[in-house]
Amino acid sequence: MARAVSTRTKIGWTIAAWIVALLIFFPILYTIITSFKTEPEAISGFSLIPSGTLESYWEVQSRYNYFQPFMNSVIISVGSTVLALLVGIPAAWSMAFSPGRFTKDILMWMLSTKMMPAVAVLVPIYLLFRDWGLLDSRIGLTVMLMLINLPIVVWMLYTYFREIPGEILEAARMDGATLWGEIVYVLTPMAVPGIASTLLLNIILAWNESFWTIRLTTVNAAPLTAFITSFSSPQGLFWAKLSAASTLAIAPILIMGWFSQRQLVRGLTFGAVK
Amino acid sequence: MKLRALILGVCSASAFAFAAHAEAITIATVNNGDMIRMQKLADDFTKKNPDIQLNWVTLEENVLRERVTTDIATKGGQYDIVTIGNYEVPIWAKQDWLLALDKLGPDYDVDDLLPAIRGGLTVDGKLYAAPFYGESAMIMYRTDLFEKAGLKMPEKPSWDFIGDAARKITDRAAGINGICLRGKAGWGENMALLTAMDNSFGGRWFDEKWQPQFDQPEWKKTMDFYVKLMKDAGPEGASSNGFNENLTLFQQGKCGMWIDATVAASFVSDPKNSKVADKVGYAIFPDENTDNHGNWLWSWNLAIPASSQKADAAEKFIAWATSKEYTELVASKQGWAAAPPGTRTSLYKNPEYLKAAPFAEPTLAAMTAADITKPSVKPVPYTGGQFVAIPEFQGLGTTVGQLFSAALAGQSSVDDALAAAQAASVREMTRAGYIK
Repeated sequence: MARAVSTRTKIGWTIAAWIVALLIFFPILYTIITSFKTEPEAISGFSLIPSGTLESYWEVQSRYNYFQPFMNSVIISVGSTVLALLVGIPAAWSMAFSPGRFTKDILMWMLSTKMMPAVAVLVPIYLLFRDWGLLDSRIGLTVMLMLINLPIVVWMLYTYFREIPGEILEAARMDGATLWGEIVYVLTPMAVPGIASTLLLNIILAWNESFWTIRLTTVNAAPLTAFITSFSSPQGLFWAKLSAASTLAIAPILIMGWFSQRQLVRGLTFGAVK
Repeated sequence: MKLRALILGVCSASAFAFAAHAEAITIATVNNGDMIRMQKLADDFTKKNPDIQLNWVTLEENVLRERVTTDIATKGGQYDIVTIGNYEVPIWAKQDWLLALDKLGPDYDVDDLLPAIRGGLTVDGKLYAAPFYGESAMIMYRTDLFEKAGLKMPEKPSWDFIGDAARKITDRAAGINGICLRGKAGWGENMALLTAMDNSFGGRWFDEKWQPQFDQPEWKKTMDFYVKLMKDAGPEGASSNGFNENLTLFQQGKCGMWIDATVAASFVSDPKNSKVADKVGYAIFPDENTDNHGNWLWSWNLAIPASSQKADAAEKFIAWATSKEYTELVASKQGWAAAPPGTRTSLYKNPEYLKAAPFAEPTLAAMTAADITKPSVKPVPYTGGQFVAIPEFQGLGTTVGQLFSAALAGQSSVDDALAAAQAASVREMTRAGYIK
């Protein structure tokens, strides 16, 4: 039986939620505000009112063609996510509906690869990329990010698939569905919300990945992470320009996140509340 | 109409074919004002060398160091020119990671390079990198605050004078700190200042047998002086302040003195960004009756990694970017004050530069006083002024920097920090084989 919640409690929780949300969002908001300041304004102390200048954006664009790293980010993040789903859906299906003796161990092993510090394999990966001619290539980076995010994709899909009653798939089989038909026409449509949130989360993870995207690229495949780091300065103040570059880099993913927040929240809380 | 389309098509096709034939070189650099200026003026080079196309990769300093090290060590060949400091040049040259620059051309005038800078980039008589800009360290101080306090900066100030003056100027109610010094942990951050400071106090990192010297009285004196001074006259949260943070404080008029890299002078005297641009005086790095002024010497240099396949084109570019003609190009486009400092003797003889840059003479004096072959008054087995030119210094310097930053923040005592620094250094130097 649901507990009755008083209006006062509701208001209290709403205010608390807004405060927490604003606190979390504030650094991003302040970055956006700073991007509309001049450099002297940016360093002259805390202020939420910018002069509204666009000079930092002009400066950023004049030094670096934003479109190229933006397109690289789109290709790499979407490409790696699609590839990861192509591999992850059949893998998660088999683990969820035909678990073997070692399924749990395999799942744990896959997750454990995420616990290894990336820098530990930097040199071997760099050598492989060099020998295969993949340094500074979008294909190499797409495959790399697919492999990095694959454990999360498989785990998320496995969790969603486990929520789907196996009897429905059995019924499909009884009606003569092939394996392909079972996955494509029965399982996938039922798991669309789960697949959608996996897709969105992985695009965000791939978009924000900076360790490999900075280290395996130079000019041609450099995405927005490399674009941001090029505006960080050890000597001299470029806060407004750095903020403008950061705003340009996060804007697409922020907009995407805003429009898909329902799917994202659903995906992230799936199975948490029964 | 058809003819116009045809001409346009032919032009585009030729441009495309030409671009395809141009040799592209990739230049890895950092986001410093002088480097960005070079990038903007590079059209001059490509116009003179239409067969060479330039690709720029600008990275954060530490990321650049790591990327370039990985690429050179694995012979990845991703870069044709790298921007590196005078700390890396001798170490990398000895490991055969860099190509010697012996085709800079007859007009390059290599003898015009400042001897102190050139010496740091030369290994076995060969130049392995060309300096793009150089710096030492000096005192930048507020002339108005000195006048108000009845102080006069001596020609060669001692640390005692600096300490007294800083305490006298400090007016925390008015938001003025007597002195701003680096406190942020890092081999290139607080350890640059503290190593130079210890040199001027008569100390050293290692004795002739590579024994660390943090248990010696000079380091104790340096650290006691530094921590007490910063407590009495430094800004709040100084343990998080590096170059950029102190620059902001000084430009905002919140520091009476700032001892840091000479390149800062062009920022603090720039009226567009500095509120105190017309009230800044300069003086040589202090000493403590040692006549050793820290020996701080740094330069950003352009070098060719041994893995580059386009060394000739790369060397052509380096010759252009570090030439006297490039300095004149900068002056013609952006004024003499914007000329890259600290690399060429001729610049400091140029009356137009001396007139436009009030910090030129103190900068030259600081650079001339720096001798990285004899950083301490005591004998040492290493070279380097505000750093020790051994590969282990990056890691060890940062470890010690963290200990000293904690002492500044009050998380540990000076004695504990020095004891921990000594233990860490002995361990690392033994592991690396320096201590037998």
